[in-house]
Amino acid sequence: MEDLIFNLFIFVLASFVGFELISKVPPTLHTPLMSGANAISGITIIGALIIAGGSESVYAQWIGFTAIVFATINVVGGFMVTDRMLEMFKKKEDKE
Amino acid sequence: MSQFLPEFLQAYVPNTIQIFYLIATAFFILGIKRLISPATARSGNQLASFGMLLGVVVTLFDREIVSFEFIIAGVVLGALIGAVAAKKVQMTAMPEMVAIFNGFGGGASALVAWGEFSRLDSGLFESYALVTIGLSILIGSITFTGSFIAFGKLKGFINGGRIALPGQNLINLFLTIVALFLIGWFTVDPEYQIVFWSLFGLALLIGVFTVLPIGGADMPVVISLLNSYSGIAASMAGFVVGNNLLIISGALVGAAGLILTNIMCQAMNRKLLDVLFAAFGGEGVSTAGLDDDDKTVQKTFADDVAIQCSYAKKVVIVPGYGLAVAQAQHALKEVAGLLEGKGVEIKYGIHPVAGRMPGHMNVLLAEADVPYDQLYDMDEINPQFASTDVVLIIGANDVVNPAAQNSPGSPIYGMPILNVHEAKRTIVFKRSLSYGYAGIDNALFYSDTNQMFFGDAKKSLQELTGAIKDLN
Repeated sequence: MEDLIFNLFIFVLASFVGFELISKVPPTLHTPLMSGANAISGITIIGALIIAGGSESVYAQWIGFTAIVFATINVVGGFMVTDRMLEMFKKKEDKE
Repeated sequence: MSQFLPEFLQAYVPNTIQIFYLIATAFFILGIKRLISPATARSGNQLASFGMLLGVVVTLFDREIVSFEFIIAGVVLGALIGAVAAKKVQMTAMPEMVAIFNGFGGGASALVAWGEFSRLDSGLFESYALVTIGLSILIGSITFTGSFIAFGKLKGFINGGRIALPGQNLINLFLTIVALFLIGWFTVDPEYQIVFWSLFGLALLIGVFTVLPIGGADMPVVISLLNSYSGIAASMAGFVVGNNLLIISGALVGAAGLILTNIMCQAMNRKLLDVLFAAFGGEGVSTAGLDDDDKTVQKTFADDVAIQCSYAKKVVIVPGYGLAVAQAQHALKEVAGLLEGKGVEIKYGIHPVAGRMPGHMNVLLAEADVPYDQLYDMDEINPQFASTDVVLIIGANDVVNPAAQNSPGSPIYGMPILNVHEAKRTIVFKRSLSYGYAGIDNALFYSDTNQMFFGDAKKSLQELTGAIKDLN
């Protein structure tokens, strides 16, 4: 139970940090922000690794495998597409 | 991978992993912080992706991980699919792409909870752990199917209009209550398989039912909200496997999604509850003010627009999604370049909901090589219209409708708009006088200071390019 309380503290504090961070991002960058944040939510890959790499049951490993595929699509695709977008944002001087 | 380490180091592994998780968290936070300016944003994204890599690599040293076949196969397959999708996608299709990535993220979180539940003896779980497993499955599954429906709607595979059963809202409410009840039951009696599976199936169904009734115009709000859900789902998965990195990162993303959802709702003058539980205002809109007898528009043509713009001091361009649909960004950039060559000051005024997700238009213009220091947000550009000679409105409609400010009965009344009517001259590039998403007429079109340039945006801009060149 102490674990739960401790984790709840972390969850709530991290949410506040999130609110503070995001509210400063200008509208110009909202699309890359959304796809970048989306990629970060693929962090669930870490949970998937533990399940796919565990030895308890092959059944669970298959579930973990599917979770890894899903999460990796999210992470790799998300970061790459965000990078592609941000690469295009250039100042005037840079272009000439 | 810890078994490959020398024995005296093994004792340090668990704590070292936690420390690296803390470092990865810092990378995420610093990465998002660098998204504040376009100049640093790219490095911010790279920082965050490095944090992710760090998190993944140190996890491989976790003692629970003993076999790597599934991991390697899964990562290779997922990375391949993700990379190809990210490389191939068109910038106009970005909302669909985000929706689908999001769906995979949410689905992965639900699977993690399922995997954790199935690999351990259910007697081992404390009841609060079972609650988090239930919530993770519920939110993750809703995100999964909801995102795919949103994807289908954006792509046009699924009718973009409102698709709903009679009493859909009540049905959804009922199903959600049943789902929460099932989580409770599951917590008390985790051995009873049928409860678990009913919960899973029901959650998938709720995702379909909540997004299906929402109209295409509201999809930007839905995508932001689903983004938030996928973060919360990851956070819940973190509670399930007891991992702080997941809890923190998921919470960050959840907060981000909520803020963006709120911004989108404000920019569209919609309440979140209305988006989720009602159709878009388009259907029952009053036709008041449609006494179109005495309304005339002034038409204009490329030569005339070319002259007006060339002799202007300051021209503001207001692009809308119609510009992107016509794939006219590059033609627009060419016009802007020619005018700049004549010493005209060019600025772009961008409404927060121009495009189909927040900030979408900025990405589309950046793709056409428009420098970001010429892109102005609504609050920055609005005070400048009074000193603007010509405003070119291309493929935008509702976001420049003065009804939002001066006709309290209008469905868009109160929506923040670009005050283009304050400029000396506005020129609207549009195919016809048809209505925008809000389904209402636009008084701007009939104003004395406005001219209409009818035609396809791309063709009109190409004509304009020719006309400006001919002036020399």
